[in-house]
Amino acid sequence: MADASAPFRIKGETGDWEVVVGLEVHAQITATASKLFSGAATAFGAEPNTQVSLIDAAMPGMLPVPNRECIRQAVRTGMALDAKINRSSRFDRKNYFYADLPQGYQISQLFHPLVGEGEVEILLDEKDENSAKRVGIERIHVEQDAGKLMHDQHPTMSYVDLNRAGVALMEIVSRPDMRSPAEAGAYLRKLRAILRYVGSCDGNMEEGSMRADVNVSVRKPGAEYGTRTETKNVNSVRFVMQVIEYEARRQVEVLEEGGTIAQETRLFDPDRGTTRTLRSKEDAHDYRYFPDPDLLPLELDDAFLEECRSSLPELPDSKRKRYEGSGITPYNASVLTAEVETARWFDALLEAGVQPTQAANWVVAELFGALNRLGKSIEESPVSPSQAAELLGLVADGTISGTIAKQVLEIMLETGEGAADIVEKRGLKQTSDTGAIDSEIEKILAANADKVAEYKGGKQQLFGFFVGQTMKAMQGKANPQVVNERLRAKLD
Amino acid sequence: MSDLTSLSIAELREGFRSGEFTAREIAEQYNAAVAGARTLNAYTVETPEDALAAASAADEARTSSELGSLAGIPLGIKDLFATRGVDTTAGSRILKDFKPPYESTVSANLRKAGAGMLGKLNMDEFAMGSSNETSAYGPVISPWKAADGSNAALTPGGSSGGSAAAVAAGIAPGVTGTDTGGSIRQPAAFTGICGIKPTYGRCSRWGIVSFASSLDQAGPMARTVRDCAILLEAMAGFDPKDSTSLDLPVPNWAAGLSSDLKGKRVGVPKEYRIDGVPADINALWDQGIEWLKDTGATPVEISLPHTKYALPTYYIIAPAEASSNLARYDGVRYGLREEGVKTLDDMYAATRAAGFGAEVKRRIMIGTYVLSAGFYDAYFTKAQKVRSLIKRDFEQAFETCDLILTPTAPSAAFALGDKSSDPIAMYLNDVFAVPASLAGLPAMSVPGGLDSDGLPLGLQIIGRELDEQGVLNAGLAIEERAGFTAKPKRWW
Repeated sequence: MADASAPFRIKGETGDWEVVVGLEVHAQITATASKLFSGAATAFGAEPNTQVSLIDAAMPGMLPVPNRECIRQAVRTGMALDAKINRSSRFDRKNYFYADLPQGYQISQLFHPLVGEGEVEILLDEKDENSAKRVGIERIHVEQDAGKLMHDQHPTMSYVDLNRAGVALMEIVSRPDMRSPAEAGAYLRKLRAILRYVGSCDGNMEEGSMRADVNVSVRKPGAEYGTRTETKNVNSVRFVMQVIEYEARRQVEVLEEGGTIAQETRLFDPDRGTTRTLRSKEDAHDYRYFPDPDLLPLELDDAFLEECRSSLPELPDSKRKRYEGSGITPYNASVLTAEVETARWFDALLEAGVQPTQAANWVVAELFGALNRLGKSIEESPVSPSQAAELLGLVADGTISGTIAKQVLEIMLETGEGAADIVEKRGLKQTSDTGAIDSEIEKILAANADKVAEYKGGKQQLFGFFVGQTMKAMQGKANPQVVNERLRAKLD
Repeated sequence: MSDLTSLSIAELREGFRSGEFTAREIAEQYNAAVAGARTLNAYTVETPEDALAAASAADEARTSSELGSLAGIPLGIKDLFATRGVDTTAGSRILKDFKPPYESTVSANLRKAGAGMLGKLNMDEFAMGSSNETSAYGPVISPWKAADGSNAALTPGGSSGGSAAAVAAGIAPGVTGTDTGGSIRQPAAFTGICGIKPTYGRCSRWGIVSFASSLDQAGPMARTVRDCAILLEAMAGFDPKDSTSLDLPVPNWAAGLSSDLKGKRVGVPKEYRIDGVPADINALWDQGIEWLKDTGATPVEISLPHTKYALPTYYIIAPAEASSNLARYDGVRYGLREEGVKTLDDMYAATRAAGFGAEVKRRIMIGTYVLSAGFYDAYFTKAQKVRSLIKRDFEQAFETCDLILTPTAPSAAFALGDKSSDPIAMYLNDVFAVPASLAGLPAMSVPGGLDSDGLPLGLQIIGRELDEQGVLNAGLAIEERAGFTAKPKRWW
């Protein structure tokens, strides 16, 4: 694995090149069941044109009315990114003609966005606090999505599906602060996690609720920014990283051959992992942005902002710090907070009164492994946090050993029975009965006289062998500490 | 049976309620009058059955205590208002045969008050015009004739030309109009009737085909000030479906009418004395000042220094908004679509070329130009700033006066064809009307007298924001003193 602290460089003929990346992430506000300016539904996968209001279809005389909940979610998102919330913002029209854009303009926010500057902290190495880096957020604005053209329905015509037309998007614009595909990947994952914690966007990139425009340029380290290209609508973290990798190499090649980079919009081809020109700067639209006269400035009052802030959940960074503060390793803390569902599950486990470090180890090592084998997510876990707490409680109070706990977990996953019941019914309770343990030890030592001799002759590492044999004979139920003590007493 | 079409709405209401005549009789007489006046080209669609149905409902409910304020009154509706299932074309070929599945808030409010609909009224295409000559249906012909012996067909003004002609010709007791830069007031003045544009936001714009969103306002046109008050009361009101609608109760304007202006200061703006205005108009203005003095008001000279910039400012802002508002007429979802073209862009171009008339195209071009990159600040931003200055002019003027009195238009009605080849001359029609539109203030036109050619002239009263009552009261005072009873001699 590459050293995360070493800067990412493209090796060119003329030396090393640095890549500069900025991302514009379009995140659909999935927290609301209706569109930004209309009451139409926004469910994914609905029959074409079944979620279209008169407003979305831009019928004559129809007017947009902002959906307050969309604004609230965007404000909460801004707060979660430590961003400045603009108490007064405005909607602007971005004018262009296309069949998927019924109004002939998109309502967006160019001049006065809802959210100003903020930042996201990313960790390039989950095990290393020192690998943290801050990526600046320039702004977040809310805007309407467009509809969708379907080219495969008719031999000579394209069909239009307006279900997405008017859906609320947050455009989260980063500063050009990322310097490698890995940083961009970490930023996207972190952003996605925060959105999911806040609940404003489900982060589902496959369904298009999150997609990114990727701005890439290259330069010699320390030089001025180069000319950037923008690759539109990239819909997975992996693809974003591929775009950066490909674009950076392509640009270096062009520059080293004496060419110049054209400021242009490009498209990603996921099958080939390449990008190609969509339109050049010369062909760029003149969008004729101007304030939407159908909408008044959006003014946010104290009570609204206070409600937005107080309704924010604990966010990944503070949660991670809280976990670390209770003794959980940085790695475990990072893994447990990466997804909101995991964190929620783990918090429920902690609330049930388990010992944090033990619980964290168990979740990361045992539960994740088991769920992985079952192909289930943590939300689908057959074992609930309270059931897990019961199991961990049995380990903590010495009722069962860690080894037995693994068995018990398997049975729990299979049968859904409670840990205590399983231990009771199947007689898995750990024993500290020295009589029983001693008698097994006697038998083992007698059967392995040669090894006893070797041990006494100085082969200390054989001690583990005797422990293992004893535990096996006791079917794992012996208290390991007692086994150790009794063996030492007999052998030393 | 007497001629019910000669009665005011207030008189019709009284006669119907007292049982002197039935609502059905009113509707039948008006339906007949409408059918007998097709030469005027005032209606684009006649809906006699609608008027009769509402009349029957009114007759049945006549003695009920919940009788709506307009029960038994049939009205004409400008073609800019969406009317469910009835052609709504904004006077444009691009919306040919368009029947909306929804009803505009204003017309729905009128229906709720018990009104029936006589039909849809002709207008300048998308309300862009001051003579009704830009209508795809051909111009409305004013019922008035000049006494100069020419017998020329005259314009009723525009854009609410069908509305104005219908009231003047006695083929509607009252109508809806819309006013973006004088479209209610100028035609009212040209046809010797009353019309009021309320404060921006008083009437919902929902379901009114948009021309320039920040300026468009619906208002009534009728034969008397009282009728305007009755109609406006029914039309106005907060509408959550229009973000720019004012969330305020609707005052009881009709009950509050009083022509006693004791203590009121009437501002006379010196900038409205402009060159080239016929002497008759300035004489009527002076007469108007005398009439208001007679009611106990005090005239004061005021200054509205940015008046001369109002027209150019309007012709930047209104086309800019229109160029965007009219982008939705693209042939994709409703209205006209030109077939037989290869690409989407070709379809747009062919549809819009065939669907829009010359004036609409001109304004789309102007609007597109002033919003273009490189021109935006010089035109649009500058115009927005001047608009603020014009608003401030009024605010400052209203520190020293309560109402403003001006002529409504700089000329009487002119012959059809006279100005249609000179857009600037046409735009000058609204030189007195546009400032109040830019400032969003209530303003009304009331007939003051006839010029030397026997054509009606109007006086304009501009009030403070939300002071429709003050405007109506001054209108009533002028109406009482002017004693304007002239009617066009029937020739159609």
